[in-house]
Amino acid sequence: MIEIDRVTKSYGDRRVVDSLSVTVGAGELCVLLGSSGCGKSTTLRMINRLIPTDAGSIRVGGEDVTRVPAEALRRRIGYAIQSIGLFPHWTVEDNIATVPRLLKWRLAQVRERVTELLELFRLDPETYRRKYPHQLSGGEQQRVGVARALAADPEVLLMDEPFAAVDPITRDALQVELAHIHRATGKTIVFVTHDIEEALRLATVIAIMDSGRIVQLGAPLDILEHPANDFVRDFVGHQGLGLKLLSVRRIGDRLRRGETTEGEPLSLDASLADALSAMTARRADRLPVCDAEGRRIGVIALADLVR
Amino acid sequence: MTQIRNQVLFTLVIASVAAVVVAGFVGYAPNRLVSGKPIALWEAAGGPSTTGVALLGGMLLAMCFTSPGKTLHSAQGSLATVLLLLVLVAAGQAASTLALGAKPAVRISLGAAFWVLAACAALAVVDALQRLGAGPAARVLAVAAIGAGVVVLALAGTFDGLSIAREYASRRQLFGDAILRHIALVAGSVGPAIVIGFPLGMAAARRPRLQGPVFAILNMLQTIPSIALFGLLIVPLAALATAVPQLAALGVGGIGVAPAIVALVLYALLPVVRNTAAGLASVDAAVIEAGRGMGLTSRQIFLQVEFPLALPVLLAGLRIVIVQAIGLAVVAALIGAGGLGTFVFEGLGQYAVDLVLLGALPAIFLALAADFILQTLSAVLRQRLAS
Repeated sequence: MIEIDRVTKSYGDRRVVDSLSVTVGAGELCVLLGSSGCGKSTTLRMINRLIPTDAGSIRVGGEDVTRVPAEALRRRIGYAIQSIGLFPHWTVEDNIATVPRLLKWRLAQVRERVTELLELFRLDPETYRRKYPHQLSGGEQQRVGVARALAADPEVLLMDEPFAAVDPITRDALQVELAHIHRATGKTIVFVTHDIEEALRLATVIAIMDSGRIVQLGAPLDILEHPANDFVRDFVGHQGLGLKLLSVRRIGDRLRRGETTEGEPLSLDASLADALSAMTARRADRLPVCDAEGRRIGVIALADLVR
Repeated sequence: MTQIRNQVLFTLVIASVAAVVVAGFVGYAPNRLVSGKPIALWEAAGGPSTTGVALLGGMLLAMCFTSPGKTLHSAQGSLATVLLLLVLVAAGQAASTLALGAKPAVRISLGAAFWVLAACAALAVVDALQRLGAGPAARVLAVAAIGAGVVVLALAGTFDGLSIAREYASRRQLFGDAILRHIALVAGSVGPAIVIGFPLGMAAARRPRLQGPVFAILNMLQTIPSIALFGLLIVPLAALATAVPQLAALGVGGIGVAPAIVALVLYALLPVVRNTAAGLASVDAAVIEAGRGMGLTSRQIFLQVEFPLALPVLLAGLRIVIVQAIGLAVVAALIGAGGLGTFVFEGLGQYAVDLVLLGALPAIFLALAADFILQTLSAVLRQRLAS
């Protein structure tokens, strides 16, 4: 869906992005992960041409981004940023409707879309559509920000540390919502963050960046188990590596089907870290597991976590 | 001892009482060129008005010791409004009574006690509105009520005996022309100042490096005294008119309207440019970034985002510019630009204070009215943004 091909960007004689190539498949959630100044934001902003490239090409949906007018391109690509940037003089409805109105959607269609998005983010449409941004909490503002990015149903969504400024509890909730929306809509998402936990939680693919290059590209588990070099090993951290591994593996992979035991069941989708946490808290070494419909289908045991 | 709950009102009442006791409410002069002999309120205005003023003053004084509340503040506002109008009526009555049977040359002018009383009553109204936390609508209503009262009194001939009204009566036609000319001078300079200053302010906001030189020049212009600037413009504009006869035919010359407008525009530039730059710079960069990222064009970002968000600051600048221009346009009469300043300088030349007031008071009211209207507008805007 997004093909970045040997793209370079320099400011003065400082090369911020250095002949970087990466391809993001349709429906992937690709996290650009790295410390500040590694070129991840610049790379993201070159995709929707907020920053022009010095060399190389970028294609979205097979089409070179420089072939279409920048404004038309950006209306096809959702964009959410850390500072959100809601228009303070517009209501929530007007904010979300920005791009659909630019695209001259019919009035009724715009209204329907706003309702749909507010519901998707669990904000009651009738209460929230007429509110102004300053009447919302930080988490609500960020939800509206992401809803606004999704408004015109773009094929691609670019997110630049969207959850970095909210408190940890709200961030958790927003990450869960984003993961849910990603699964439900199948959008292609490029997500910039410096937070390894966030990356492991959300990504289908992680690109670890340093000095304008990609150091390692791979699935979260892959990167944890086989770091390409010392830089990656340092970045993902030796400390708590085991817990990180548990957090990217699902209970479903280690399930003992058909067995049963007492207690509140865990979800099949939950991570092994969640299972370990529940076992420690409940002082149990076996816990029941249920599927999405709530049927008890098996058991997860302490010994299975370290297999 | 009882506690003073409203110290502002208390101070106003005490100041009024002191002024009424010590100073004259009106002045009595045998002709317009000598200064008047002060006459106290009770001697000048007669029993009923004096009693009324005393009664209202007493009630307002009692309010200083009453525990505050919405009802009390509303009552304070209403009583002070009535007091203000009553003071005006009393002055008119005093003038007609004293002028009765006197020689036509006799002049009854407004005295210090009148000005203090009227100012204190007006401030008591403002204090009440502030304590009520009144919004723009309530303020407009209060000002409209007082304004309507004054207009009704004036039309009923209440003030006809006062010397300032006598000066007006002998210059009725000139006064109308002067006030229109004054407004034209202000509009004619603020308009071009916006046309020149707004793009300049935008440029300064976009390119911070421009700000140094631009503001250095405009600040320097602002420090030139207005009379000096009017004088400085005489030579170049006179030369220009000689060189280009077509311009001279249009009325451009060393004296008159042209140098006045040029000077007023130069003075208006600094506030316009500064507030435009500050207003646009105050718009959150994230909002503009988000707008760009969603595919708004630069024009759309400017018209739909930057301009509306900067508007309260822009209006504040406009307020400064208009009030400043109304004041400076008075001085422009010195170089023959006309306007209300004509009366001021004519009055100064003749040592006729009432003629000075005939020019100065309307200028003050114009400035207050412009200030009030623009302040209300930006308050309404801020309320809608409320961020």
